[in-house]
Amino acid sequence: MPIQQISTAALDIHGPKIVFTIPGINWKITETVVVGWIVIAFILALCIFLTRNLKKTPSTKRQVIAEYIVSSVNNLVKQNMGSKYMRYAPYIATLISYAALGSLVSLIGLRSITADVNTTLTWGAMTFILITYEKFRANGFLGYFKSYTQPVPVITPINIISEVATPVSMAFRLFGNIAGGMVITGIIYMALAAASSALHLSFAIGPFSINVLQVGIPAVLSVYFDLFAGCIQAYIFATLTMVNVAQD
Amino acid sequence: MTAEGLIYACSAIGAGAAMIAGIGPGIGVSYAVGSAVDACTRYPESSGDCLRTMFIGAAISESMGVFSLIVALLLMFANPFVDLL
Repeated sequence: MPIQQISTAALDIHGPKIVFTIPGINWKITETVVVGWIVIAFILALCIFLTRNLKKTPSTKRQVIAEYIVSSVNNLVKQNMGSKYMRYAPYIATLISYAALGSLVSLIGLRSITADVNTTLTWGAMTFILITYEKFRANGFLGYFKSYTQPVPVITPINIISEVATPVSMAFRLFGNIAGGMVITGIIYMALAAASSALHLSFAIGPFSINVLQVGIPAVLSVYFDLFAGCIQAYIFATLTMVNVAQD
Repeated sequence: MTAEGLIYACSAIGAGAAMIAGIGPGIGVSYAVGSAVDACTRYPESSGDCLRTMFIGAAISESMGVFSLIVALLLMFANPFVDLL
């Protein structure tokens, strides 16, 4: 029997592909942006669908679901930020739904928008602006700059570093979790292909090659990395935003 | 061995070494979870608060591990040293 060559498929890990380029100004529109538009359209359609024909006493299942979502976000904000920050509830709801759905799109084969560091760094910058705005409101203009020299003026550089580190670490935490899951899934796929061809379990039917070990096993990983990590990291990003923005 | 090959080999070793940092968050997160489970069984009525605090703490202590993962990913897939040649 000839020794079957172990075929290792090339590890397919890449940044977001460029889908098209806007002519003239030469803007490159990547996969992340396009998938982001799809997620935005889906959320918009969901909102319009859930909030049609609202009645004072809910009579449809749709309205009950909509009220449940709104009241759970309101409860989350009230618990974490206090009732004087209720104006942040829509922002938190947007963040949590966009982050969760943006990570969950990998279940239908698209590239997660949070596996791109540009997305998460943008959200980190938004959080940083909100934190700074709330600190200005709480301490006043001079009090804000004075708060950097607390408790002793010597540690001002450390205070500045820790101020910048908050949004950066939030951004890299989200990015690292989702991108790391993507990379690990890719490596496991490659290893399973190599293992099934080494065990003579891979068949070729026409142009398609079927590796027996690739059936089923990656689904377990997908449940962890796509469903669990995506939802938990979206929740944690929203929670950290709330905890950092609320100044008491 | 070409200079590029040497860089890739050393980067692979470095990526592996960077992930040693996973020890710390592993111990830290499991300690936090253990304490949270302790508190939940002792005061079941406040388990929601316990779990929420645990998630935030676990996320913060996990971030060091995630940073090391990002360093490893950079060394493997977006190697900055090859451009320096």
